Amino acid sequence: MRLNPYKTQKIAFFFLFLATLLIVVPVGLIVVIIIQKGLPAINWQFLSDIPRQGMRAGGIFPAIVGTIYLVLGAIIFALPIGVLAAIYLSEYSKENILTRVIRLAIVNLAGVPSVVYGLFGLALFVVFFKFGASILSGSLTLGIMILPIIITTSREALESVPQSFREVSLSLGASKWQTIRHIVLPNAIPGILTGTILGLGRAAGETAPILFTVAAFYLPLLPKSIFDQAMALPYHLYVISTQVPNVDEKIRYGTALVLLTLVLFMNLVAIIIRYKFRKRKKW
Amino acid sequence: MRKVKEFIVEKLILICGLACIFFVVLIFLFLLKEGLAVFKIVSPLQFLSGKSWYPISEPPQLGILPLILGSLFVTVGAAIISIPIGVACAIYIAEVAPKKIKEILKAGIELLAAIPSVVLGFIGMVTLVPWVKSIFHLPTGLTALSGSIMLAFMAMPTIVSIAEDALYSVPKNYKEGALALGATEWQTIWRVLLPAASSGILAAVMLGIGRVIGETMAVMMITGNAAVIPSSILQPVRTLTATIAAEMGEAVVGGEHYFALFAIGIVLFVISFAINVSADLFLHRSK
Repeated sequence: MRLNPYKTQKIAFFFLFLATLLIVVPVGLIVVIIIQKGLPAINWQFLSDIPRQGMRAGGIFPAIVGTIYLVLGAIIFALPIGVLAAIYLSEYSKENILTRVIRLAIVNLAGVPSVVYGLFGLALFVVFFKFGASILSGSLTLGIMILPIIITTSREALESVPQSFREVSLSLGASKWQTIRHIVLPNAIPGILTGTILGLGRAAGETAPILFTVAAFYLPLLPKSIFDQAMALPYHLYVISTQVPNVDEKIRYGTALVLLTLVLFMNLVAIIIRYKFRKRKKW
Repeated sequence: MRKVKEFIVEKLILICGLACIFFVVLIFLFLLKEGLAVFKIVSPLQFLSGKSWYPISEPPQLGILPLILGSLFVTVGAAIISIPIGVACAIYIAEVAPKKIKEILKAGIELLAAIPSVVLGFIGMVTLVPWVKSIFHLPTGLTALSGSIMLAFMAMPTIVSIAEDALYSVPKNYKEGALALGATEWQTIWRVLLPAASSGILAAVMLGIGRVIGETMAVMMITGNAAVIPSSILQPVRTLTATIAAEMGEAVVGGEHYFALFAIGIVLFVISFAINVSADLFLHRSK
């Protein structure tokens, strides 16, 4: 007996739908659970106090500050290099072996496991350059890690600027760099911003690269210079959920909620910028 | 004057363009610099096939076979779960879902990709691990199976988005041709679109698996971290990545343990390099 093709289609589409639900429903559940159980922990003291009683009470302020420092440091390092690399790939490179190798390098940089970045940061910044476990080492490690994100999104933004814009500028006597600086870059800013914010979100959430390069288990002081160790939100969540016994569930969920909110907020901003930019585009 | 400025700027841009190659080489060189020293103590073959990992005993036993098997168990489990579900979801989003739902689903997948792995590890610890424990009546829910399920979930965004791209980039006239010949939509998807997008889907699967092998925090939090050769998926295991993350804090810089952990880093780097280069080849072939 052969099934009617329309019946087969119905069954097949049902299974495709089921598979999609299997992914999307847990995502929703995770977010809902964290918000529901974490929200009662959030108050001004939790956000502004140092951890107390062996991290079983008090707040998470030093971890929030540490994460902000790390993320800013990473972006200061990665943004200029990333944007210039994107300009090279979009405006200067020709289809040759070198370009192919650069693209392959970007793909690989994006694929290197995050814990290997941690090893690399330890070997190069902490040990070889003798920066020690510090915000500087951690920021540089995170910066290299988010480089591929910034390059790929910036390059897309630059390449989506129509060729005619460049031709008009060049025909008016502007040099190549003037054209890029005054015509191409301004039109690509929203796209570059999107990539930057996505990179920020990624850097804020990663734990493995900062394990050996900056993260302090417990440090109730705020860092004074970039050569200080610091606490960081993702590492703090790891510590209180696996290394410290008898931490109140509320504090764990609360920390997870703050980290999740930070990361999702940045992603949301990136998505909104992208959406507005697409709508506004004149070409 | 302007010419000089232009010249400097262009060279600066070229240097930044080359920075990525520089960083990849630098990562590899520094892993080698710190990791190769371990081969003065054990031969590469002993290192890869040694059955016991006791890095702090005297003399240290540095065989990473239990760790390789740990990674393999977790990865195979994750692949079995994530490949069919991920590809099915990609087909649904690319071909079946109405336009509005499609945007919502894509946003949901992007959301999943954005959740930090330590948060997923935490959620896995408090939900998935107790479930696995009670369903299979185990002494502990921290098993390879829990890790596989969580990692399958974490590989989904990669698999879905790249496979969806591959399906989307199949020329529209293939589909129109099949439909015009009287095929149903499902027949078109199964017989025409999937074969045409196969190399892109293969690349999606490979990159998803690459993500699984490299994942560290979630896996460290829910697989139980026992560095013994696993005999079943319901036992605790320890992966290559988790070993580095868990032990580097105790290792003395310049000691045997430290070198050995870097050597594990070399193994991971080589695996991810091989996966990414071959996935890239498949992606280029599909274009």
